[in-house]
This record gives sequence, structure tokens and C-alpha cells, in this order.
Amino acid sequence: MILALAFFIALLVLWEGAKALGGDPWRFGDPAVGNEIVYTPPFQWQIASDLSLPHVWRIWEALAAPVQRQQEQSLAAFLVGAALYTGREAALGFFVGGFVGLGLAAVFVHSRLAERAFMPYVVASQTIPILALAPLIAFAFGNGVVGIVIVASYLTFFPVTIAQLRGLTSPDPRALELMRSCAASRWTIFWKLRMPASLPYLFAALKIAATASIVGAIVGEGNPGGSQFGLGRSILNFNEQYGSAPEKLWAAVLASSLLGIAFFLIVRTAEVFALRNRPGSVAA
Amino acid sequence: MTNPSDAPIGPRTDVVTIAGVSKVFDAGAGQTRALETIDLAIAPGEFVSLIGPSGCGKSTLLRLIGDLTEPSAGSVTVNGKPARQARLDRDYGIVFQAPVLFDWRSVEANVALPLEIKGVSGTERDRRVQEMLGLVELRDFAGHYPYQLSGGMQQRVSIARALALQPSILLMDEPFGALDEMTRERMNAEVQRIWQQTGTTVVFVTHSIPEAVFLSSRVVVMSPRPGRIVRVIDVDLPRPRTDDTRETERYFALITEVRETLRGRRDDDPLSKGRVASMPRTLAEGSVG
Repeated sequence: MILALAFFIALLVLWEGAKALGGDPWRFGDPAVGNEIVYTPPFQWQIASDLSLPHVWRIWEALAAPVQRQQEQSLAAFLVGAALYTGREAALGFFVGGFVGLGLAAVFVHSRLAERAFMPYVVASQTIPILALAPLIAFAFGNGVVGIVIVASYLTFFPVTIAQLRGLTSPDPRALELMRSCAASRWTIFWKLRMPASLPYLFAALKIAATASIVGAIVGEGNPGGSQFGLGRSILNFNEQYGSAPEKLWAAVLASSLLGIAFFLIVRTAEVFALRNRPGSVAA
Repeated sequence: MTNPSDAPIGPRTDVVTIAGVSKVFDAGAGQTRALETIDLAIAPGEFVSLIGPSGCGKSTLLRLIGDLTEPSAGSVTVNGKPARQARLDRDYGIVFQAPVLFDWRSVEANVALPLEIKGVSGTERDRRVQEMLGLVELRDFAGHYPYQLSGGMQQRVSIARALALQPSILLMDEPFGALDEMTRERMNAEVQRIWQQTGTTVVFVTHSIPEAVFLSSRVVVMSPRPGRIVRVIDVDLPRPRTDDTRETERYFALITEVRETLRGRRDDDPLSKGRVASMPRTLAEGSVG
């Protein structure tokens, strides 16, 4: 945690360092009052310009400023609202995709035939660009939460299916023989052996799914038939305003990544709790 | 509890009857004959060891008794019914070389597993779990998790689990093969005590001649693949056997007898003739596996 914070600070230093070397002139104070100080960096790099990389304090200031002229709501408050909206869709997508993945893995582990028949399509599904699929889904399910949740779950079911199938087949063959010697049914073997044994694998997949669900929700919102609200819509809107206010888009990007980190940490916490008696099976 | 008998078998009372059993594995293009025409009967309360070189099919024979694999020919009868039915009736307890504990379950919960599967309810289940943990002297570790236990303790948990349903037959597949010699000897004494307390029939697969002699009522010596029973040696050492037993002449004599049989030097045994040359070199050195 401390390391992660240290890295964040290092990133900010790097960011401003690039601007100090090759950014646009730094201006402090007010030219009207006559106390303006100007620092001109030695180089001129497109990538470090104020348009590409706004100063971090400009982003900070933008967060406190109103989201639009004539509006009271600050950009920060607006983004928190958007993140909650998107987070809700992503969470729904996470659960729907997660359950679909669990279900598919449960079917595949019991039927080689089903696995051989359907697994190629599970894999193929992920080769279709989500950008191409999202408008189709929005067209089919309308402008609403349903379509967006489907896009989010489309991205989450895949890692869960793959990892969970691996997890369900992970028990030692002798553990299965032990269950057989107790005349355990498939159902009992599934719940008392396969499921608990799969948890480390499941959580590895859920951590991927947590962040993927947010990407899915944002893409779902951002496509033409998507949503009026949420981070995806904000990102598109701020993208249009990028020429005049690049820091707004950066603020939206920051909000998206914070939401992703929050999701990740929730899953991680659940993982640490669920695997607390299994040292060695909890990965970072 | 019951008195285990080292007495020879009576035809009616057999727990296990193996009749003309062969096992062939299909391995790609060729076939591997693992076992050939095995006949063996095991009486109630007997402690029978299966010993032989690696790949002689002794584990396969154990798995056939437990219906974890099916014979290619012949029949396995357990408690007067086919092995499959005996398994469905939960007549078996099984212990592997590895403890195979469920690492998400406490010691207690691991021992309770077979009881849960059978549907034994709350208080009765707790009572049985406590009884089993007492039997393997692990009551103080009921709430521990497998990773907190030594290898020997883990194996004792797996023995408690195997005995939880009070099976009429306990199958042990090289249960102490992964333990150091000192722990192994201690575990041998413990298994003898548990066997005497419970009166259960034990079929015990091992690589170790001293272990087989120390524990068994009878030692079944098997030949290299295809596995056959070369000879069944009665072990007439008095019970309970102790560390002192390990220093008696009779003990050494029996070890020598088993070893010589494994080497195939018994002239009166037609099966061993012409087999000496094909024995692996390790056998000729006197160690098995």
C-alpha cells in the first residue's frame, strides 16, 4: 500500500518533470496585476504540451470548479455521481458475467462433450471487438442499463469460465477417489471438493473480471446507443471539450481508474477473507 | 473392543475374496498386464500387507478391492457383496501416501467429511469426530488447519477420517512412504494400536519389509509385472509388537524370509523359477522399490 502510494508520487514527479523539460511555458501569477512569473522549458515536446499533459494542479483545480458554466455542481461531485452510476452497472455486469462463467465451468467440468462443443465459441466470443458488439447490443436491448450490463458481463464471463474450469479440475485425483470411496454423489463432490478447491482460481479470475466489468460498462455507456449518464458518457463529452479543457478528460480518466481500483480492492478483500486458512493460495 | 485375530481364514467369514482377478491396462498401442490371476481371501480383523517391487500392481490390487478401478477378469467380493456395492455401502476407509486433507477444512472438519457425506447429524457427528481424534491422539488440534501440522500429524488426521465411518475394511496405500524412518516406526506402533482397538480389517500396501513384518498378520509377496502372488507368509510374532519386537530373532528371520522371497530364491516355488534373472537389480541388492 505504501509502495503503491510512493509509486503514485513518483508518477506525478515524472509527469511534471517531463513538463519541466519539454512542456509549454509555466505561468504563475496574474499578468494583469503584473506579478506573473514565466518559466520556459528548454525543449518543446508535443507529448508534454499543456494540451497533452495538463499540469496536475490544473486537474486538481478543475475538480473543484463547476462542471459547466452556470452550474453549481463541481466536477468532482459530478464525477462521483457518474462513477456510482457506472459502478452500479459494472457491479451488475460483474455478477451476471461471474454467474454465467461459474455455470459454464460447472457444466464443462461434468461434460467433456459440452466442453468440446461450446468452449470454441466461448473463446471465439472474445475475438469479436467489444466496440463492434456494443452498438448491436444497445440496438437490441435499447438505451438502458440492460444493454450496458450485457456488455460488461460479456467481458467478465470469459476469465471466470476459463479460470473456474481450471479450478474445478484442480483437486488431487486421490481427493476424488476419497470422495468416491465415501460413495459421494457428483453434487456432493462438486460442493464439498471441487468448489472449495477452485476458490483460489476463481478469485484470480474475479480480480480480472472486476476491472473488465468497468471497461465494459464504460464502453457500453459510450457507444452511440448507450447512456446519458455515467463515466462513459462523461469521457465522450469531455473528449469533445478537450481542446479547451483537457484537464476535465484527465479527471474523468482518474475517476475511472479509481473506480477500477475500488472494485479490485473489494474483490481482493473478499479473497483474503475467503482464503484466510490457506496460506500460499492467496496471490497478490 | 474386538479382539483382532491373527488366525487363519475360514471360508465363510472372509471380508475380502479375490477370485481369478486380472487387470490389463490399455496404454496407447500396447497393453500392460498389471495383475495376473490373483486369488486371495482376507478374514475379518486380519492385517494383510501387500509387498513387491515398484510396478508389481500392489496398489492396483488395493484399488481393485476398493472399487476405485475394475478388474479385467475375475471378481472381488467384499462382505459377501460385489466391491461396487461395498463401496456404495461405505464399507471402506482409505488412506493414501499423501494425507490428501482438504486445506480449507480444519482438522475437525476434515474428519467430519465422511460423516457429512453419509448424512450423520450434528451431535452424533461431533461425538464421532471427537472419538476419532482421541483415537489418533489429536484432540488438542481439532481447530488447527492442515498447514499447521507436521507430515506425521496430517497422516494421523487422514487415518481418523478413514475410520470415521467405522469401516469394516481399511485400505492403506503406502501411508508412511513419505515419512522419515523415526516417524514411520512411531506411526507403525500407532497403527497397530488403532487396529487392535477398532478390530477393523486392514489391507496395507508397502515398500518396506520391516514395516510389513512388524504390522502384519500375513505378508503377501508379489512378483514384478505382471503382478502375481509369489507367496503368502504368516507372521507369528506375538502381539502387541513393540520396539523390543524389532530386536528379536524371529523378527529378523521373517524379514529375511520376505526378502528372500522377493529375490525369488525359493526353490520350492514354481512361480519364481526363471524369474531371478529378470528381477530388477535393486531387488538383488535386497531393497525394494
